[in-house]
Amino acid sequence: MSFTNLVHAVIDGILTGSVYALMATGLTLIFGVMDIINVAQGVFVILGSYLSYALSVHFGIDPFVGLLITVPTMFLVGIVVERAFIARLKGPEKTAMSILVTYAVSLVIEGVLNMVFTTNPVQINNASYINSSVHLFGMWLPYIYIFGFLLAGGFLGSIYFMLYRTRFGASVRASLADQTAAALVGIDVKKVSTICFGIGIAVTAAGGMIYGATNAFNASSSYDLISRLLTIIVLGGMGSLAGALVAGISMIILEDIVAVAWSPVWSNITFFILLVIVLSFRPQGLFGKQSARVA
Amino acid sequence: MLTKSRLVWVGLFALLALFPLVVTTPTWTSIIMFALLYMAITTSWNMFSGYSGYVALGAACFFGTGAYTVALLAKHWNVPASGDLFWLIPLGGILAMIVALPIGLIALRVRRHTFVVITIAIFFVFQLSAINASFTGGTAGLQLPFIPWSFQDFNLPFYYLAFAMVVVATLLSAWVRQTRFGLQLMAIRDDEDRALGLGVKVWAVKLSGFVMSAFVIGCAGGLYAIYQGQIYPQFVFNPLFDISVALMAFLGGFGTLAGPLLGAFVLETMQLWLTENYSSGSLYLIIFGALFLIVIIFMPQGVVVYVKDRVTKREDRERSLLAQNEVQIAGGSQ
Repeated sequence: MSFTNLVHAVIDGILTGSVYALMATGLTLIFGVMDIINVAQGVFVILGSYLSYALSVHFGIDPFVGLLITVPTMFLVGIVVERAFIARLKGPEKTAMSILVTYAVSLVIEGVLNMVFTTNPVQINNASYINSSVHLFGMWLPYIYIFGFLLAGGFLGSIYFMLYRTRFGASVRASLADQTAAALVGIDVKKVSTICFGIGIAVTAAGGMIYGATNAFNASSSYDLISRLLTIIVLGGMGSLAGALVAGISMIILEDIVAVAWSPVWSNITFFILLVIVLSFRPQGLFGKQSARVA
Repeated sequence: MLTKSRLVWVGLFALLALFPLVVTTPTWTSIIMFALLYMAITTSWNMFSGYSGYVALGAACFFGTGAYTVALLAKHWNVPASGDLFWLIPLGGILAMIVALPIGLIALRVRRHTFVVITIAIFFVFQLSAINASFTGGTAGLQLPFIPWSFQDFNLPFYYLAFAMVVVATLLSAWVRQTRFGLQLMAIRDDEDRALGLGVKVWAVKLSGFVMSAFVIGCAGGLYAIYQGQIYPQFVFNPLFDISVALMAFLGGFGTLAGPLLGAFVLETMQLWLTENYSSGSLYLIIFGALFLIVIIFMPQGVVVYVKDRVTKREDRERSLLAQNEVQIAGGSQ
């Protein structure tokens, strides 16, 4: 493996990894605040991809402009799902039940998507910048990867700004730290949960748009996505925002390096193996709190 | 000791045993055969996950291991295409247990939420290995000897083997509930730290429960391989399988004895019937998902627990009514 290949792998990893980091941030935010593992995150990403696809193909709206419609739509979808199903979960099996409930939600959405869009893979590709590249750092980079990186960075920046610079963000962080204590100091944890779920789903609209522009997808692509997203948040430490960011980017870099150095066939598997190894030594993940061990 | 509930159990099992003798249509014997297979798998899964509260989403690891063991052994030992193939099934179960040991050693180090996700990650290691390795035949899968039985009777041996698996899994699961070991598993489900404090060797109990539950699932995988005559990595290591098993158990009643049997029977029969009659798999996804959401909203603990609660409540009400009447009668005679 030459040095340039390595550099390419790292740059590509940072660009695509940031999109995964964005999707995983939504997932880890939901888990941290609500103790809900949202297995439907993968299918929500694909729903976001299809929304952008439909807008761009049928109405000729540029995918980036279309985000003005799809992001609020997905936010509302998230709120409705939370109110209708997630908020009803209680008791000691809440987290386990949340996996099954969100999975049932994802099955319904997958079925509807298959009926509406058929199972033939599609790709968002009717914008000029999707198929053209720019020569940077001695390599050809497709514009869409760079735009995707900037978009993910923008969204992540806004989320971090919201969390660390606003009053609402303070209540979210308080709920992340300790739900009972947050409720005791007068934070409406229920409302915070609903909004966080909405935000966690809303980011999938942006992630889904980039995913749909860089990959051919159909509804069952959600399985590949959710398995990656889950491993990212577990590796980073469930509920840790920094963990999702670091694990998301390093996962794709690692995959790219293995693909270049060894074989693309085995690159998928390395991340799962890395996860198993890390968790054998640090069961709480890279950035997880030790208390996560206590059920 | 033939109590009323035991009579019901025996009666229902007798019905299942007699079914292929009454309904001889191969389509239907095959549908119920698959339902039985899932009943055995879900019951066995529930014996660990349901009792201990550790929801494992990697049942397909054991199922696939069983299927590949039988397929590979049949190939390398040149087992003739006859009933002899069935002797390989227990080996599939044993290998599944051997595989379960390292999985358990890694996955059981963490508590509930993370455990769920780790089992998913380990599952993907298995699936991707089966797809990429050479001895598994890659995506082309493996071919098994095809048993030249007549079309009409082909399903029967498979049906009764699956039935035997259900009986074994149910008896094992019922027996575990009554042992000290089963109580320890359930203590872990209620409060693991307290169980540890009270002297339960939680680590050993969890690991042995996990490994035990793999046996029947591995056997089921072996039977599936022989029945299909051809296995593909994406079908025997299927993420849908993992979640279906958990859904079936939760739908019927997580941690109960009858729940997984009921949930698996209803869901698997429904799925196969729908695919038989409507070619669209999407419709099944929607119905399956919607049905589950309805059950969660109205009966969060599963159908079996819901019905039981209903019955006890009615009995309580009748008893209190009876008691009231007695009081009134006693008061009236004064």
